Amino acid sequence: MTTTAMKKTPQANELTVSAELAKEHKLNAEEYARILKIMGRTPSFTEFGIFSAMWSEHCSYKSSRVWLAKLPTKAPWVIQGPGENAGVIDIGDGQAAVFKMESHNHPSFIEPYQGAATGVGGILRDVFTMGARPIANMNALRFGDPKHPKTRALIAGVVAGIGHYGNCVGVPTVGGETNFHPSYNGNILVNAMTVGLADADKIFYSRGACVGDQVIYVGAKTGRDGVGGAVMSSDSFSGNVQDMRPQVQVGDPFTEKLLIEACLELMATDTITAIQDMGAAGLTSSSVEMADKGGVGIEIHMDKIPTREVDMTPYEMMLSESQERMLVILKPGAEAQAEKIFKKWNLDFSVIGAITDSGNLVVKMNGETYAEMPVRPLVDDAPKYNRPTEETPQQPTLNAADYPLKASALQTLKQLLGTPDLCSRRWIFEQYDSLVRSQTANGPGIDHNGGSDAAIVKIPNSKKALAITTDCTPRYCFADPMQGGRQAVAEAWRNITATGALPRAITDNMNFGNPEKPRIMGQFAGCVMGIAEACTVLNFPVISGNVSLYNETNNNGILPTPAIGGVGVMADVSRRMTLAFKSAGEAIILVGGLPTHIGQTIYLREIYDRETGAPPPVDLAAERKNGDAIRELILNLKITACHDISDGGLLVAIAEMALSKNIGAELTITADATCFGEDQARYIFTCPATSAVDILAELKTAGIPAQQIGQTIGSTAIKLGGEQIALSELRKVYENWLPNYMAG
Amino acid sequence: MKKKPHASILVFPGTNREHDVSLALRTAGFETQFIWHAETALPRTDLVVLPGGFSYGDYLRTGAIATLSAVMTPVREAAAHGVRILGICNGFQSLCEAGMLPGVLLRNAHMKFNCKFTPLRAENNNTDFTRAYRASEEFPCPIAHGDGNYTAESDTIKMLENSGRIVFRYAKNPNGAMNDIAGIISANGKIMGMMPHPENAISDMHGETAGLKLFQSLYEAVA
Repeated sequence: MTTTAMKKTPQANELTVSAELAKEHKLNAEEYARILKIMGRTPSFTEFGIFSAMWSEHCSYKSSRVWLAKLPTKAPWVIQGPGENAGVIDIGDGQAAVFKMESHNHPSFIEPYQGAATGVGGILRDVFTMGARPIANMNALRFGDPKHPKTRALIAGVVAGIGHYGNCVGVPTVGGETNFHPSYNGNILVNAMTVGLADADKIFYSRGACVGDQVIYVGAKTGRDGVGGAVMSSDSFSGNVQDMRPQVQVGDPFTEKLLIEACLELMATDTITAIQDMGAAGLTSSSVEMADKGGVGIEIHMDKIPTREVDMTPYEMMLSESQERMLVILKPGAEAQAEKIFKKWNLDFSVIGAITDSGNLVVKMNGETYAEMPVRPLVDDAPKYNRPTEETPQQPTLNAADYPLKASALQTLKQLLGTPDLCSRRWIFEQYDSLVRSQTANGPGIDHNGGSDAAIVKIPNSKKALAITTDCTPRYCFADPMQGGRQAVAEAWRNITATGALPRAITDNMNFGNPEKPRIMGQFAGCVMGIAEACTVLNFPVISGNVSLYNETNNNGILPTPAIGGVGVMADVSRRMTLAFKSAGEAIILVGGLPTHIGQTIYLREIYDRETGAPPPVDLAAERKNGDAIRELILNLKITACHDISDGGLLVAIAEMALSKNIGAELTITADATCFGEDQARYIFTCPATSAVDILAELKTAGIPAQQIGQTIGSTAIKLGGEQIALSELRKVYENWLPNYMAG
Repeated sequence: MKKKPHASILVFPGTNREHDVSLALRTAGFETQFIWHAETALPRTDLVVLPGGFSYGDYLRTGAIATLSAVMTPVREAAAHGVRILGICNGFQSLCEAGMLPGVLLRNAHMKFNCKFTPLRAENNNTDFTRAYRASEEFPCPIAHGDGNYTAESDTIKMLENSGRIVFRYAKNPNGAMNDIAGIISANGKIMGMMPHPENAISDMHGETAGLKLFQSLYEAVA
């Protein structure tokens, strides 16, 4: 398709477009040549801006699409896979869970409070755009070395920003994860996830626009904030990042709350044919994507856009990333009904254009045409690169005997519980309202309600609940991308399983460095292959996701971080399993076999200051088998507590189970370094001493390795190898590290 | 069958715990109705609730703009007729801003938003809001606020102390509130404001049920 209406470039009074200007907009010579070919002429400045945003890495996924296509996205319960604003799964009883995770890394490093806050705002909109009421937020955060001068202020800003936004909109923040590593010193990661609830037959999509429909702008006014944000997010950092502050948007959770209520009220009427939030690349991506999916054209008038700054140009309005705005395609004649709802909520409402049969995006202001360009090539002809990849060299499997304990096992445990990656995150999660909506059964932390490996949020007016988790172990991904990809999915699956829920689907948030470097692209490819394999074996498809590349500063890439957000479903929230030891005298049983793996463990890093060796291998068949057996035990009410083994290994898991409700344990395992091995597919559970023999026999028959490793005891201590340590002593180091650090 | 008592739950732009409190009230036996802030009249009602949230975004002072809403005129009239008024969290802040309760809620002493279960003591169990509690009953109750630091003139504090108007006190002060004050009541015993969220502690799933007693007390008082 070519444009014929405009033979010559409109609006000569704008900046002149050239190959030079293209370079400044991160478009290479080949991409610029492709634009010239599509347009058949030099594009206007506005047209050019639209191309540069749509073809940015952020919007076009040009480096990642060939790999993302390898992910499994289908299952009978998947209603909507990747490609819409968020993914949708069937959770029974005519209801659906809608979810997605998205990054806001670059803005959060430049301006942590607003960057993180608007990250939450953006992901909330992706979910309620689909017709779902947001019921839970999660976040996955990675900060630099605690000793780095910027780290403390970044944590404070990001946590306050996430907290304020989520708290104000009234969506509970129920869990997440936080890690520290020097590779994030100049490039922190802020990944936010929202889970929403909708009626399965009332999902709203960005497809469906019909010729003659009205194009409606609702929400907040448009300013110059965030102009060019999508392009900025597609670049590495160098030099002074403070110069980029104008590209960070400012969030207003109050307007967002009104927008949620107004949109859900409008969705209850039968007037919307398509809807999309104005996220990255704002009006450009929302109008182009909805027109493309509907196979139609769209004409919009910039003089109808509610603005909060004067003299804004069409270029700026098309590329602004001002927050809390939605583009709604309405059936003709429904405007008055819709306007009444938005006026009630005090939100701007403007009919800015119409859906046409031209196949073109037409942008006008005051009667003049600023852009007239075919929609389809903007999306379909976007560049797609199969970038060269280089494999990460295999690391040797380390022998645990070569890294013996330097102190007793329990003293080592105490040391590890007081390290940045293993200590309590209470300082963070108490700044989040985890209780609003009154449906949180298990929120963040290990103590209230017994703690659980995944957050548990009940579905209102039913016994059902969702189990929600975010997981990734970046150091494993760096050492072996394929194993790391598998592990991230396996751990999410395990965390959901350990609550008794059935894992259903994931969202993936792929955070990597510069894809133009073969080693980085190899990390991406390896992680995707690992994720794909794990999703297939565990029947745990990917239904939505986000890619964030160029996470580099001065040429230093981050650890590859494919954060996985997992969701599972349980039939009866009162049967959820928690990790707390429940009473003294119960058998403690390990499923999966005694750990042996020491490479890439936190033990090795903290005690030997080494980040070496192969990460723990992931045996997906064993994951499936062990996990299914655990879920069966939980559903049959046979066990009383359950926790998977992950960061820090077996002894750290035992400590968390003991600390939760202050019940001690006596262990019969060998007190050596393997107590801190991070082998996969392992769970610890407790059961009444009288039923241990039967349960062990049952597991043995099923071919699942299981053994008793100790018992819970009346005294508030952990006993191992003729030594003991008081829980109060462990609690002190566990609880104090983060508040002490933040006060420093 | 006896008619259920009726509770009116005010909804301002930015209110976010209206469904939470509605669930607690219905569990206690009330019938509930949401009242939009622009309404100029209230239905016949036994209880008015100002729920938690961030009314108008709380960009000025917490609760400040809400007190200027149209609905506050009939609320004041209802109060004058002795209808019970309950303000929770942002609702408490609004009642103080409106001058219907004394004092003010300042930023938490540690300056951070804080959400957790914290031990709360029912200091006065001889009110319409607390009769179901045992004397000095202590229970874990959720808090979720950034501005819960109750502050008033020393004479006011003294007066509240001496007249039994401090209804709830923190056992471990989480926000710097004077005299550990978590909730207070009006001189006529009809208007109560509190920072904690008893509506989020009403079921086994919440891990605590003692919050429900507040709503049961109110039910007994008006039924």
